Amino acid sequence: MGIEGIGARVLRKEDKRFITGQGRYTDDHKVAGMHYAAFVRSPHAHAKIKKINSKAANQMPGVVGVFDGKQLTGDGIGNIICGWMIHSKDGSPMNMGAWSALATEYVRYVGDAVAVVIAETLAEAKAAAEAVDVSYKVLKAVINAEDALKDGAPQLHPEAKNNTIFDWEIGDEAATDAAFKGAANVVEMDIRNNRLVPNAIEPRSALAEYDAAEDHFTLHTTSQNPHVARLVLSAFYQVAPENKLRVIAPDVGGGFGSKIYIYPEEIVCLWAAKKARVKAIKWTADRSEAFITDAHGRDHVSKAKMAFDADNRILGFKIDTIANIGAYMSLFSSSVPTYLYATLLSGQYNIANIHCNVRTVYTNTVPVDVYRGAGRPEAAFLVERMMETAARQLDVDPAELRRLNFVREFPHQTPVIFCYDAGDYETSLNAAMEAADYANFEKRRKRSARKGKLRGIGMSCYIEACGIAPSAAVGSLGAGVGLWESAEIRVNPVGTVEILTGSHSHGQGHETTFGQLVSDRFGLPSENVQVIHGDTDKVQFGMGTYGSRSGAVGMSAIEKALDKVEDKAKKIAAHMLEASEGDIEIKDGEVSVKGTDKKLLWHEVCLGAYTGHNLPEGMEPGLKEGAFYDPTNFTFPAGCYICEVEVDPDTGTTTIEQFVAADDFGKIINPMIVEGQVHGGVAQGIGQAMMENAEYDDSGQLISASYMDYTMPRADDLPSFKVSTTETLCPGNPLGMKGCGEAGAIGSPPAVINAITNAIGHNNLPMPASPHNVWAAVQAGE
Amino acid sequence: MAKVEMTVNGRMTSANVEDRTLLVDYLREEKNLTGTHVGCDTSQCGACVVHVDGKAVKSCTVLAVQAAGSDVRTIEGLAGDDQLHPMQEAFRNNHGLQCGFCTPGMIMSAVDMVNRLGPKLSEATIRAELEGNICRCTGYHNIVKSIAAGAKAMGKGMKKAAE
Repeated sequence: MGIEGIGARVLRKEDKRFITGQGRYTDDHKVAGMHYAAFVRSPHAHAKIKKINSKAANQMPGVVGVFDGKQLTGDGIGNIICGWMIHSKDGSPMNMGAWSALATEYVRYVGDAVAVVIAETLAEAKAAAEAVDVSYKVLKAVINAEDALKDGAPQLHPEAKNNTIFDWEIGDEAATDAAFKGAANVVEMDIRNNRLVPNAIEPRSALAEYDAAEDHFTLHTTSQNPHVARLVLSAFYQVAPENKLRVIAPDVGGGFGSKIYIYPEEIVCLWAAKKARVKAIKWTADRSEAFITDAHGRDHVSKAKMAFDADNRILGFKIDTIANIGAYMSLFSSSVPTYLYATLLSGQYNIANIHCNVRTVYTNTVPVDVYRGAGRPEAAFLVERMMETAARQLDVDPAELRRLNFVREFPHQTPVIFCYDAGDYETSLNAAMEAADYANFEKRRKRSARKGKLRGIGMSCYIEACGIAPSAAVGSLGAGVGLWESAEIRVNPVGTVEILTGSHSHGQGHETTFGQLVSDRFGLPSENVQVIHGDTDKVQFGMGTYGSRSGAVGMSAIEKALDKVEDKAKKIAAHMLEASEGDIEIKDGEVSVKGTDKKLLWHEVCLGAYTGHNLPEGMEPGLKEGAFYDPTNFTFPAGCYICEVEVDPDTGTTTIEQFVAADDFGKIINPMIVEGQVHGGVAQGIGQAMMENAEYDDSGQLISASYMDYTMPRADDLPSFKVSTTETLCPGNPLGMKGCGEAGAIGSPPAVINAITNAIGHNNLPMPASPHNVWAAVQAGE
Repeated sequence: MAKVEMTVNGRMTSANVEDRTLLVDYLREEKNLTGTHVGCDTSQCGACVVHVDGKAVKSCTVLAVQAAGSDVRTIEGLAGDDQLHPMQEAFRNNHGLQCGFCTPGMIMSAVDMVNRLGPKLSEATIRAELEGNICRCTGYHNIVKSIAAGAKAMGKGMKKAAE
């Protein structure tokens, strides 16, 4: 592998600029003639727009334009799309309501954009936005998904009767019902998965430039997938044709899913730059704006029951879920509570019969979409809360119940589409139990009890699906895009290498790990390798980074392109050295003939490719190869997390005494970076489990809309984590990688809640298990 | 409008700014020192931490006029040219950053922590002292490690200087 190859703990190349303040995020960019946008937003959760009076605002200092939704749609800017078509179980397509980037007739959540002010300075834009007079007829709002389904509930979109977008199912209901009939025991639960706000620390930002002479746009934006942004802005929103629009996602300060989508602000800034005849418009969200405009995550309510035979083997699992989609359907919102969720309800277990019904509903809240894990945390939470609860009810050890039901032979076809390709669940369970000193927990519980504290332990054996799937497969399930990735390897005449990738790094360290593939392959030092990403003018196309796909899919594309480069370099070297191609070896920066002392330096071969003086007959000069890689299957990372807590019954304060993660991510390129991904994911999962909640009041105001009100995990809320990995290689891609970006957020919430409910002795505890909720649960009892 | 003068990273600077201009905007917009970030609007996240007269402050909560006449140090001026401060080095060596957005504030807070409390910092102390800095990527695990290592390295530097 070499000191910088696959498996090495290479320090990050990108760090130098970040630790010295030289990172270049969107808001750090300035251009001459730059104006600023401020949005006028609805203060109501549901209202009809009666009139927008922008006369006063238009006359304020510095203002060059005030625009509303009628002007936007009048200019042919298209409605915001949802990129995944889901059909209800009756075969009808999902009932999608219209979403204009600026509202035209109705506003449907607090924060819905109504108008935009463009002015010379930010202060002028904000002041004028305050002066735009919008009169509303306030309508009744509905916040909770269950309420939205009730008769007489306020209706959001005429297209969606009873606010229902689709009523979908997966699995065989009759077979599952039959399995329950033969059950010795049935365990039932009601489970709510709390709504979260992603909260990347860099707020979203857009800088839209318009070159009138060329009729060309450039957009700097906080995006996880700039090419997808360009495609959607062009093909669906009609902002500009793709050849007239360059999208750059420079340094991006965290995404977690929330920066996948193309939001109203980006559309409006581009459109308004041309309309207001200004060179450029910048908009950067402040945190309050981020809370009410960034897509939220989770927000499911489910009823679940699991059937067991007399030997505690699972016979069937039946789930009824209602997913709150918010006021509009965001880009991937329909895929989250369906194919990213219900397909994982088999967990790590052999379950012959599963049926899940999902209803998705509109409410007067911020749109809900992918947030770290996206559907998979909701599935893992259901399955692993159920397994723990079942173990308690059946009076068996939770680890033993899981062990008894583990999938042990691969490939394993579940009844909910997925075919698990590889895994070893028992090994990660054992590794976690050993690291947690599970065997001696009762001693520690007694020690806590002597101090008047309640100690609990809980585990979670999660599975997830990453990389996303073969394009044809996701297409057949309704996806509007393919989920391959592209790469190009440009070898320069001096032998240095540029990797152009369609993946996007916003914290994942691609500039380092992608380079490791080249170091590994040719033995080149990492300083000779440059990773180029995030610019549609430089990289041909790419699907971007989400779904833990940049390793399993993005790096596979790089490997494929490297194969081609290696192949051509060997042909050139064989020709130059008058040897057989099969005898050529590339190692440590040298290209040699095996078993001889005949060799060339790497850069001599590269230079030879470019001079073209001595190439094999018919070969084109140059050394540059591209590849598109389409995955052959999902990948299936899995692992076991164990959480141990101590609860103060008098205050409800819960401390995490230890948190253990044992993950199987397949092949690991850089363990340092993988561990960092697990730490961050686990912290977000603990945040969901114990702190975070997007809380609305009955009128639809988000009352947890700042860091004073929405509890972000801080350093002293968390312990240091004990993380380790086990390895079964993924057979579906060249490196055997599975993906590690989301596992922490997927596997940890059930482990935490299992631990706290174990400590307090009953299940009557809502998530987040805040001190107040824990205290109330201790007081209330079962 | 007010004319404001202050030393920033060892250099005298001045600008005519609106009275309401925040120090962070003076640095980012007037002086193009974009290493200091804005992550919230309630003085919670700490991405904007700089040193004013040797003390860590959240530059989103200070008016530029309040800093007039002060000696301000930002992440860009923490170390000399082409050198890294031991705390910067420690963040890199311990993978104490991912997206990098909170990092300048984290590092400035960490240096202040060592300046106030000395180079021997327990994990509990570091975690408690980080209450004003939010990171969404790292789960703090490696930030805590980085600060402990950076503090130790700063301690060695202090000892050397004393000798």
